Amino acid sequence: MTSTSTSPSTHPHGRTGSSEPLLSVRDLRVTFQRQGQEPFEAVQGVSFDVHPGQTVGLVGESGCGKSVTSLAIMGLLPARGNRVSGTVSYDGTDLLTLSDQQMRDKRGKDIAMVFQDPLSSLNPVIPIGLQVTEVLERHRGMSRKAATPVARDLLDRVGIPDPDRRLTDYPHQLSGGMRQRALIAIALACQPRLLIADEPTTALDVTIQAQILALLKELVQDTGTALVMITHDLGVVAGLCDEVNVLYGGRIVERGERHELFAQPRHPYTHGLLASIPRLDAPRGQRLTPIPGSVADNLPWTHACAFAPRCSQPIEVCTRVMPELVPHEGRPLRCHNPVEESR
Amino acid sequence: MLRFIIRRLVQMVGVLVVLSLLLFLWLRSLPGGTVSAILGERATPATRAAMEKAFGLDEPVWVQYGKFVGRVLQGDFGPSTSVLPGTDALDIFLQRFPATIELSFFAMLIAVALGIPMGYVAARRRASFLDNASVVFSLVGVAVPVFFLAFLLKYVFAIKLGWLPVSGRQDGSLDATRVTGFFVIDGLLTREFDASVNALKHLVLPAVALASIPFAVIFRITRASVLEVLDEDYIRTAESKGLTNRVIRGRHVLRNAMLPVTTTIGLQIGALLGGAVLTEAVFSWGGIGEALALSFSRRDYPVLQVIILAAAAVYVLVNLLVDIMYAVIDPRVRTR
Repeated sequence: MTSTSTSPSTHPHGRTGSSEPLLSVRDLRVTFQRQGQEPFEAVQGVSFDVHPGQTVGLVGESGCGKSVTSLAIMGLLPARGNRVSGTVSYDGTDLLTLSDQQMRDKRGKDIAMVFQDPLSSLNPVIPIGLQVTEVLERHRGMSRKAATPVARDLLDRVGIPDPDRRLTDYPHQLSGGMRQRALIAIALACQPRLLIADEPTTALDVTIQAQILALLKELVQDTGTALVMITHDLGVVAGLCDEVNVLYGGRIVERGERHELFAQPRHPYTHGLLASIPRLDAPRGQRLTPIPGSVADNLPWTHACAFAPRCSQPIEVCTRVMPELVPHEGRPLRCHNPVEESR
Repeated sequence: MLRFIIRRLVQMVGVLVVLSLLLFLWLRSLPGGTVSAILGERATPATRAAMEKAFGLDEPVWVQYGKFVGRVLQGDFGPSTSVLPGTDALDIFLQRFPATIELSFFAMLIAVALGIPMGYVAARRRASFLDNASVVFSLVGVAVPVFFLAFLLKYVFAIKLGWLPVSGRQDGSLDATRVTGFFVIDGLLTREFDASVNALKHLVLPAVALASIPFAVIFRITRASVLEVLDEDYIRTAESKGLTNRVIRGRHVLRNAMLPVTTTIGLQIGALLGGAVLTEAVFSWGGIGEALALSFSRRDYPVLQVIILAAAAVYVLVNLLVDIMYAVIDPRVRTR
């Protein structure tokens, strides 16, 4: 079920990795080329699969390439100044080879996306209702009149109270959580088979975060939609994802089924991410363990481990040879010196 | 919304009262004056005094102002002193006002009809040849003085090539019927279509000259505004919905990008009078721009007061219109 043959993973509803993947990303590379600057490879050969109904997490800190990966899948990268290679196979079609028009026909219908900041992601001068119905008009060929009750039901479905009134409301009249619900309603309007959620809870306060995550979980389970969850927050992953890909410096450094990954993080980066989460069961007064440095300290992957300068347990080879993504205890791992303890 | 409009109209009255006082005091504190302008510097004190008394200029300024306000409230701005001595100042204004409105309207029409589409296209094809060419073109529009452009257009298209009339608003030989004072509309109303066409031909050169600056400003604001909107998250959301280019352009990009453009158009209409003074002079247009220049050089206080107060009233009204437009486009303004 993953790019390497090693990963035994579990799907919801007890299915195993034998079915055809819905989305299959292979060796995806995105290079940004700005005039007068060195080209910058933001995504350096990322491969992963998403099966129907499965929820897959892409986890990493800012700048690790997770958002660029999602935009590349959606075909939403700016038209100029970048180069995308590899394959993004959706239901057997390589999305990267599609024309702009063919991609427009897929976006919003087969693959939809929920964005990070619900206020800026909704058009401020258009009523919520129209922002939902326009997707239905576009992909279902419905008239606005016919689409309006559908939009109303969608708003109701995502838990927006008094949906009839909300149809004519504008984004600024809704609360933050409500706006994110509206964005989810828009994304799910045409019942896409794949939903990509890019940090859908980052801009919300904690109680609302939990509600939105619960809603997403419920919706994907009810509709059988596959979900790619992009986040820097392992707490989000823990509650939602079946499988987790940890990204660092534009490459996947570790992949695993959620429980395995949390119980036995093998990459020092994953381990560090988990150690930096506050825990309720930790002894009083125990400080959080941050990962030192920032992504600016990265070494080039080509002849080192990019994470080596920030690693808690680097060995000599780490700054000389690039680690490959190879099976380690049955899970893909990119590390010369894996963490051995269990948490 | 109605309360908002009423409040703004009341504000307008306040603006006009304050402006009328400042204007009154300012005009009378200028060196020279009506009497010197008419009689010249060598007139005897006795003649001067007699004329001052005749115009009521011998009284203290506040008495003059009080009388002025009293008369204005009855619609009487007093007779012109030196432009057309004896003629009612308000009549002079009203007779010339349609000419300026007609010219300004067509100038703004050109500026908007060219500025917004060009600004949009330039932004969509940022850094292309088309974009760069448009930016240079608009820079020329701002940089070339209006009177020079007016002379240039007149020289090339009217005098050298003879394509368009040299001056005036309509050929006198047509003897067209006057209804509203707007010559193009008059021709349509009376079915004298040749009169309309003739008036339009007369309009082209002065309107283009007058449009140069508002066009350039509207173009640049549209371009900048569209570029900003294209970068907005909600445009990416619209793209992620797979909407057609047409819907994204019209519904999502343009509508948001029009907000700053609307404000700019309002401000440009207000600033149009300055250009109209110069353009009307070059094309002997017979509008209030010409009258303003003339009455200023001759210190014709009644005419000056009518024109400047009317210009201020137009400015305030246009901006009220802009604010209403703004509320129509942007719901965030409406609910405040």
